[in-house]
Amino acid sequence: MTAKTIISRPIYGTLSPQPGKHHLFIADAEGALAITDMAGKAPPGFFDGAEIVFIPDPEGKHISALEALEPAQLHLPPSFASLLPRLRQTLTNAHMGLRLYLAGTEGLIGQAMQAALEAGVDHTSIETEHRGSLARRMQCVHCKGITENVTTQPAACSHCGLLLLVRDHYSRRLAAFQGVCINAEDRSEIPPMEEAFP
Amino acid sequence: MGITFRKETFRDDFTFKNSPEHIRRFPFPFNEDAYMYAVNIEPHVVGPKGSVLENLIDVDEHYVAEMQDRALVLAEDPLRCQSLPHMTLAGWDLLELLMEQQALGYPEHFTLERNGDRWRWINRPLGIDDTFTFGDVSTLPYGPMEYITRQSQGDFCILDQRDGNLWMDAGMVTTQADWSLDFDIGMNFFEWHAPVPLAHEKGIFTRALKFLTNIQQGKPARRLNWTMTVNPRLDTSPENYHKWGPDRATVTPENVGDKVHLRVELQSFWRLPRSNGIVFPIRCYLIKMDELVTQPKWARRLHRVIRDLPEELATYKGLTRYRPTLVEWLSKLDDDGPTSPGFGPD
Ligand code: HEM
Repeated sequence: MTAKTIISRPIYGTLSPQPGKHHLFIADAEGALAITDMAGKAPPGFFDGAEIVFIPDPEGKHISALEALEPAQLHLPPSFASLLPRLRQTLTNAHMGLRLYLAGTEGLIGQAMQAALEAGVDHTSIETEHRGSLARRMQCVHCKGITENVTTQPAACSHCGLLLLVRDHYSRRLAAFQGVCINAEDRSEIPPMEEAFP
Repeated sequence: MGITFRKETFRDDFTFKNSPEHIRRFPFPFNEDAYMYAVNIEPHVVGPKGSVLENLIDVDEHYVAEMQDRALVLAEDPLRCQSLPHMTLAGWDLLELLMEQQALGYPEHFTLERNGDRWRWINRPLGIDDTFTFGDVSTLPYGPMEYITRQSQGDFCILDQRDGNLWMDAGMVTTQADWSLDFDIGMNFFEWHAPVPLAHEKGIFTRALKFLTNIQQGKPARRLNWTMTVNPRLDTSPENYHKWGPDRATVTPENVGDKVHLRVELQSFWRLPRSNGIVFPIRCYLIKMDELVTQPKWARRLHRVIRDLPEELATYKGLTRYRPTLVEWLSKLDDDGPTSPGFGPD
């Protein structure tokens, strides 16, 4: 049940080294591999001015690969929520020429982008690469609650419990896809939940 | 003589209806027997007396009841009115535009007195008489956009123009055809139109944006859009879809005429003088089938339009569940006779 894509749906690219001296990477999960792949194309000394923020999985996969890049700073927060205060501070105080690279799950890219937009960074100047799970961050249009890591279509709102159609319509400001009640017209219709965003 | 404002509701017992004069002035949106999206934009100039274009900002017999319904929506959900921080100046632009237009068109109901920055606004139908300093937010009970759009029929989006695009950075949206301001705020012209089928592929939005970004002050433009609504409900927001969605399953051959409404939006586009933004008023008109078919030409034409509407549009507009019942009912009023060109009744 994959809907055809629409214009508000973000398009991700492949990280590529940008000119400049100050680089901030934010990644989770398989996003680490986007960084190590890009490192092959980076000029010598590129990571001397780079900070890598990586939210690792519980096994600590990919940490050593990132250490091997010898960035100026490697920060390993346990979750995005715990990273947020520090990230806001970094972005607010950022050097004009700071280059931002986001890699990993859509939820991570979206939320880091949201923090950057709030700090006045132009979204078109941000490098992004999607790796790993297709799980979506979804805002319930009815109760406004956010449900993280949605993998099914339809999906239950984790706040109000309504069964929601996960649309492709995406808000950068909310860093979320829109969820709309799928059986509003007749609640007795209960479409099966299928794995749609593995 | 002024307008006689109807006491009526757009929810619960749904007492909304149109007087015979309002049926005849209804902005029927089809000038031929078929419908497809197009760049249907024309200059917004004054039209015939007694039509909805008699004034560029139309106030009608539903004004007071609509403003009461808006207040109810806002009390339940304040997110229907939002303005990003850089949009306050555009809010003042809009306040000026709506006060001027309403006072010009309906002097018996609205008066604007200006003495430098000291303005006095009298709104008799709503019992308001406020004096404030133009440009000073602390002299009004709400921000300028919210203040004036609580007193003006229709929804309003204010667009900021930058990077060759329009950004939906403020709005008052309580009478919408199933889209969310809270979700779309901050998006650009292409992004908020993303869910619309077929029109992107036809290049409609590229051409429309080009036109809109070139709109000049004092030369507003307009277009009509339409959908259908079961029961005369103004607030068909996605926020409340789980509440009004069930109405769509209540249409029967017996109640079509009373329940099913044609919903027409008279949309206009105005350049704002100080902010260089654009305001987009979306004025919603409702008419039930029983009222609409009192004009035989409209009955015939609507039958043909709904019957032949492309499936993608019918799905997008949410007609799927009751379209067969509606088409069957309308078919009895279509004698296959010719329909005259143009929008108006014969
Ligand atoms: C700047 C002014 C405009 C604003 C703020 C605006 C806003 C919107 C919104 C919010 C929707 C609903 C999208 C959804 O499903 O979520 C919509 C639908 C649509 N818009 Fe616009 N719009 C504007 C100008 C235009 C223009 C100039 C055209 C010209 C052709 C246009 C054509 C359409 C069409 C065809 C639809 C689908 C409507 C339907 O089938 O019911 N819009 N618009």
